[in-house]
Formats: sequence, C-alpha cells, structure tokens
Amino acid sequence: MDWSPIILTLKLATVTTLVLLVISIPISKWLAFGNSRIKPIIETLVSMPLVLPPTVLGFYLLLAFSPDSFVGQLLDDWFGIRLAFSFTGLVIASVVYSLPFMVHPIQSGLSGLPTSMMDASRVIGKSYLTTLLKVELPNIKPSILTGIVLSFAHTVGEFGVVLMIGGSIPDQTRVASIAIYDEVEALNYGTAHQYALVLILLAFLVLLVVYLVNGRYINRFWR
Amino acid sequence: MIDIQISKSLDGPNGPMKLSINRQIESEQIVTIYGDSGAGKTSLLRVMAGLMTPDEGSIRVDNKVWLNTASSINLKPGSRSIGMVSQDFALFPNMTVRKNLEYALPKNQHGNAIDDLIRITELERLENRKPASLSGGQQQRVALARALVTRPRILLLDEPLSALDQSMRVKLQNHILDLQREFKLTIFLVSHEVGEIFKLSNQVMHLKNGLIKQYCTPLELFSHRHLSGKFQFTGEVAAIMAEDIVYILTVLIDNHLVKVIVDKTTAGRLQVGDKVLVASKAFNPIVKKI
Repeated sequence: MDWSPIILTLKLATVTTLVLLVISIPISKWLAFGNSRIKPIIETLVSMPLVLPPTVLGFYLLLAFSPDSFVGQLLDDWFGIRLAFSFTGLVIASVVYSLPFMVHPIQSGLSGLPTSMMDASRVIGKSYLTTLLKVELPNIKPSILTGIVLSFAHTVGEFGVVLMIGGSIPDQTRVASIAIYDEVEALNYGTAHQYALVLILLAFLVLLVVYLVNGRYINRFWR
Repeated sequence: MIDIQISKSLDGPNGPMKLSINRQIESEQIVTIYGDSGAGKTSLLRVMAGLMTPDEGSIRVDNKVWLNTASSINLKPGSRSIGMVSQDFALFPNMTVRKNLEYALPKNQHGNAIDDLIRITELERLENRKPASLSGGQQQRVALARALVTRPRILLLDEPLSALDQSMRVKLQNHILDLQREFKLTIFLVSHEVGEIFKLSNQVMHLKNGLIKQYCTPLELFSHRHLSGKFQFTGEVAAIMAEDIVYILTVLIDNHLVKVIVDKTTAGRLQVGDKVLVASKAFNPIVKKI
C-alpha cells in the first residue's frame, strides 16, 4: 500500500490545525466579548462552512485561486504563489472550512469564564494580552483541546473542498479521502479498503484518547 | 480625601437610570455602600476601579486625578492604586494560592510582600493549593491578600462576605478591620447586612436609584435618629407568635435568639426575615461581673 496519501492527510490536518489555533484565538476573543455591530455578520460567516456544501466553498475558492482571477493574478505577480492544485491552497481552503470547529469551542469557553476574573486581572494592572495568555487561555484548556481535536478530525475527513481545488496530485493534494475515491473508481477495492480502515482506526484512536483524557468537554460541545 | 463627581447612564433592572454621585470622602476609613439591588452600588465600584467609564465627571484621590472627562484623563485600572474583591472572589483557578498572589506582584516590586501577606492572612499551610480545593473563607482570604499585593490605598469590596456562613463572616470582618488598620486603607464595602455595617463602617452611603440618599454614620442611618435607647441591637425576625393580646417576636441577634413582646400594630408591619433594631432604655439593667 502506498502510504503517501495517509501521510499527506496527517500533514494537512496538522498544519491546518496549527494555523487555525493561531487565528482562532483572537477571533474567538472578539466574538466572545466584542459588541461591534458587525459581530453577527462575522459570526455568521465563521459558521457558514457548517451548512454550505463543501463543493460551493471549493468552487469559489477555485475561482479565486485560479491565475486568471484578480486574487490569483495578484498572488502570482507579487509573490509567485499559485494556490489552485497546491498544498498551500489546500491548507487555506481547509482553514476556512474547519474554522467553526476551532472558533466555536474556544468562543464558548471564553464566554463561559466569569468576567470578574478578567476584571481582577485588569485591576491588578495586567494588560489585555497578559490576561488572555496567563488567565483566560489556561482556564479553557478543555475547550482548546476540543477545538484542536475537532478541527484535526474534520480536516482528515474533508473531501469535497479538496476535490474541487486540489484535484488528485500525488504528494501534493492526493489526500486519503481522495485516494479512496480514486481507487474505488478504478475498482481497486482492496486498496480502498486499506485506506478506509486506516482512517477508521485513526479517527477511533484520536477520539478515544480525547474521551479518555477529557470526555465530558466534548460531550458538552455537542449537546 | 477622595473626591468623586461622576454621572453615568445605566440600564438598571427597572429601566434606564442615572448614577450621579457627588461626594467627598475622608481617607483611611471604611465606607459602606448600602442600597437596594439595582441602586448602582456595583457600578459605582466599577467606575472607581476604572472598569467602567462614566459619561462625565472626575475622581480625585489625595489630590491625584484618576479621572477627568473634561480633560480626557482616565487612568487605567492598574494605575489607580486600588484592590478589588468581588462576591465570587475571582481567584484564578489555574494558579496556586501563592501563584495567584505572585501574578499580582508588579514587576519592580520585591517578593517579600507576598510572604508578609501570606503570613498576615494565615495562608501559610495553603500556599501550594489550588483555589478549587479551598473553603469559602479560605478563598476569601486569598482574594483579600491578592488585592493587597499591589499595596493599594483604596480597597473595593463588593459583598465579599455574602457567600460565607455566620461564624466565618465574623472572623473575616475582624480580619478586614485589622487589615484596614495595618495598611491604612480606605475601604469601600458593598453590604446589606446591618450587623456587618455597624461593625465595620465609619460611614454609610445610602444609594437609591443612582443617587446618594443619605451619607451618615450607621447609627444615624438605621436608628433614624429619634430613638434615645441606651441599648440597641440589630437582628433578624426569626418568628412572630400571637399570644393573647400581644405578640411575641423572636429576634436573632448575632447568634442569640431574643424574645421581645410587641403590640399588634408593630407585629403587623413585620414579617419573618425582616431586619429590625431592638432598643431599650436602660432604666433597670442587671449588671454582673463575669
């Protein structure tokens, strides 16, 4: 069996999760405590991938990334980056697609913290950033863990978006879910089975570890 | 001297209201802020702490300007020399008792202050425990100690004892008095407990709908000045019983139940749980050496 699709999948999920973790913390903080007028709009945009068919997202990202489009041309001219059918393009698409899975748990974790705790830190004389790093984030570790696991798992399970903007280039965009599809199309049921079983095992192990470590928090999120 | 002149529109529980405070307050004393919920007590504390900005006004503390909306001065909470303890103590669950205190330590200040505070608040044996494993009274002491790490001049206490049982309250009231003397603090205390107010405060600021209704001593506020009784105690009505033509009122004063005879009109105005002042002219007391 060719392991490269599995490795590529894990690589994509890891990179995506790390990027998501970094960008989701400020977004979640803003959504949890901001009171801007455009907040409902941003909240809606973040949640859109939950309801949109992945193909819709993939379709528009494909158009945006194509060298003929304004964005695609700009990136190509200025940075020499071509996102369509590349690993970087996949990462960007996965970040958009899995955004709600990271933002929602962190946002609900942050808004569940008593405001008196943040007030206490402010009165002591700590900045917003120090308060976030030293008080807020350490006290929502379960939510952060939930976000990490859900985003990772969701990215592993991605298919539609990857198919639209990534295609099936080995070691570039041919992730496990695409590989299974290709093998089934080519009637190689044996190889498809192998990939599928590896994914099942992977999903089972990841979730099992989380439930063992911190099960009740995941439950709380899904309930 | 603390000079507060602020006004702020608030969305109170009974609709919009205006908090408008205009008062000079002597330093190094305990002032209780008293009033119904929604009167603006907590908002006043938050404005003083710098957590809430008033629409207009100024706050001066010992001739240092903390806030002046006219000249756009608004010191950050950390620059105001205040400590604050809220009703839920707001300890950081991820840190031990000592770490909670260390977190509050300003960068240029020495760590000795923390050892002193841990000793004064009798937290030596608990310093490596996490807040979740402490009792309410212990958490309260940690919160007090943490609020004092920065050596503030003003301490803001928002119903700090309301979550504790009676014996713990009494102990911590003494603690607060000791700390006030030791650190020469000006304390603003939000409290509803008449007994506590009598015990702790030099002055009471009675708020009603965002305005100061009265600013006086506890005695003046609760005895309404017209009683000339020599003995007076405040307590809570525990039971009211009709007995022939009189009523027997059982009042809980501190931890003692006292039976008092009252007439029908007085009894009619009272119900179980009411706070009452029991006073007597001391014309025939029994005095016994103990």
